[in-house]
Amino acid sequence: MRGHIDAIGNPGAPMHTYLDFEKPLSEIEGKAEELRAMARSNAEMDVEREAAALDAKAQSLLASLYSDLTPWRKCQVARHPDRPHTSRYIADLFTDYTPLAGDRGFADDQAVLGGLARFNDRPVVVLGHEKGANTQGRLTHNFGMARPEGYRKAVRLMDLADRFSLPVVALVDTPGAYPGKGAEERGQSEAIARATEKCLSIGVPMVSVIVGEGGSGGAVALASGDRVAMLEHSVYSVISPEGCASILWKDAGKMREAAEALRLTAQDLATLGVIDRIIPEPVGGAQRAPEDTVASVGIAIAELLAELDGTEREALIAARRKRFLDMGANGLAA
Amino acid sequence: MNWISNYVRPKINSLFSRREMPENLWTKCDECGTMLFHRELRETLNVCSNCGHHMTLVPRDRFISLFDGGVFTEVPVPPATPDPLNFRDGRRYAERMRSAQRDTGEAEAMLVAEGDIGRTPIVAAAQDFSFMAGSMGMYVGNAIIAAAERAVTLGRPLILFSAAGGARMQEGILSLMQMPRATVAVQMLKDARLPYIVVLTHPTTGGVTASYAMLGDIHIAEPGALICFAGPRVIEQTIREKLPEGFQRAEYLLEHGMLDRVAPRQDMREELITITRLLMGLSPEVKGELPAPAPPSAPETKPAADPQT
Ligand SMILES: [Zn+2]
Repeated sequence: MRGHIDAIGNPGAPMHTYLDFEKPLSEIEGKAEELRAMARSNAEMDVEREAAALDAKAQSLLASLYSDLTPWRKCQVARHPDRPHTSRYIADLFTDYTPLAGDRGFADDQAVLGGLARFNDRPVVVLGHEKGANTQGRLTHNFGMARPEGYRKAVRLMDLADRFSLPVVALVDTPGAYPGKGAEERGQSEAIARATEKCLSIGVPMVSVIVGEGGSGGAVALASGDRVAMLEHSVYSVISPEGCASILWKDAGKMREAAEALRLTAQDLATLGVIDRIIPEPVGGAQRAPEDTVASVGIAIAELLAELDGTEREALIAARRKRFLDMGANGLAA
Repeated sequence: MNWISNYVRPKINSLFSRREMPENLWTKCDECGTMLFHRELRETLNVCSNCGHHMTLVPRDRFISLFDGGVFTEVPVPPATPDPLNFRDGRRYAERMRSAQRDTGEAEAMLVAEGDIGRTPIVAAAQDFSFMAGSMGMYVGNAIIAAAERAVTLGRPLILFSAAGGARMQEGILSLMQMPRATVAVQMLKDARLPYIVVLTHPTTGGVTASYAMLGDIHIAEPGALICFAGPRVIEQTIREKLPEGFQRAEYLLEHGMLDRVAPRQDMREELITITRLLMGLSPEVKGELPAPAPPSAPETKPAADPQT
């Protein structure tokens, strides 16, 4: 389900996790760092000019690599462990965040976080998939793969928002719903269906941002609102490229071809009319400058919420339903 | 099923057996391997007489067995953009579509019809597992929306028979978007206070289960049907253990609270008549042999059921 990340170890360099296609970059950045390390231990050496030249070379390589990412590379970037995750967005963009827990039936699923908060001082409900930032976090949050309780918690929070007229901000970042025994027993399908239904029936504005991976039904459950935005290198797909490749190509190794065919990039989705906005990422992707990325997402959320402000409940619901009914009618010619 | 033998017109009869050519008089049960004679299968609605396995029943055959006298009118479905992503794997999607159309004689993976069951006017939609595994793409979404709109226009319940391997990957994100689209269709029925009954047949999986198939007012499944979000193989790979016998089968889901009922195919029609008449506030069904219904051109002229009275 999850793609592997070929982390290339590079002791001495800043704590980057390099993706396989970033190998040349890791070499240049590694060399620059090596020079500086040598200079630190030997006062006579003057390496700054050479190191600066390497920095410039790295910067231009980075820019060129990221100006033209293939769909598969975008999948890798979207899954990058250093990308800002939901908790980071909540911490940086919201105040008075008060996490709310539980589905009132079975458990609290940490793969979906959410609660009350203020966004630019305005009370809102914020929720989203959380992948976790380190090994322990990833286990706690189950890599962002929710069980039914996660979707039921989301339904509960959306109901709360609806009752108290609070807009909903949803951050989407999941490889997909968790394919486990208990999850199936407790009605994974029904839970996802109810969450999607709730997105479509609340009488308050709902803005979703796909900040990393939008994996299949598990993503739709939190992304069926009024506006959907995507970060520039995030992906949104009916199936993972590996899954698609193993079914249609009978070879999971054909994920590059599958990623190409599936049209899962933000750019393709905007062309298809499935999303409303692409949020630009810093050069080298969100993982290189999380702070700037989070700020851009904040601006987009504010603008999208503003577009919906002042719309009556019924008009909001009608427009949202129409948005989906009309979707896809023209394919790539949209 | 004497109402079939009594009232089915010859034309319908020949339609029913269209796919079973002389060289194909025997069908092997995919569950127990028993060879079953085509006439017997027609009688049992494709249920194996040896093990009770409910084999695929294509929408047209299902509707013939469902509607009074086998008479129904197709509800037109707006066409979808063909091959919207220009998708190809080993084969072009457009080519796969053409061969599915050739093999099934159908336009796509869902058929929508209106007619009467036990003199109860309904709209029905059925997914065709024999057409690209019943997969849900733009057309299936259009079909569900058309079915819901027709049901709302006529003030009738919608009965949907699900069967799908999941979303149509060849339509990428647009297949995924059928989850919210079909959910909007379900909401139209709910807003109009019309019953939406889902009959889950083997197999119902993936995004289909996780949207319109699990949003019914009533969920009935055929015995032994596999009903799941993630398939058993995916789960076994994830948790690295064998799953128990019967996992994700209809009976298991009934036990875990996800279904209202499990009913054999032979009883399904009667179940549906009873339930829809109860929900629509109609008098009990008049059982026994009734005269053949009016020709399909005139269903609208019948007294429409009014859910409010
Ligand atoms: Zn059998």
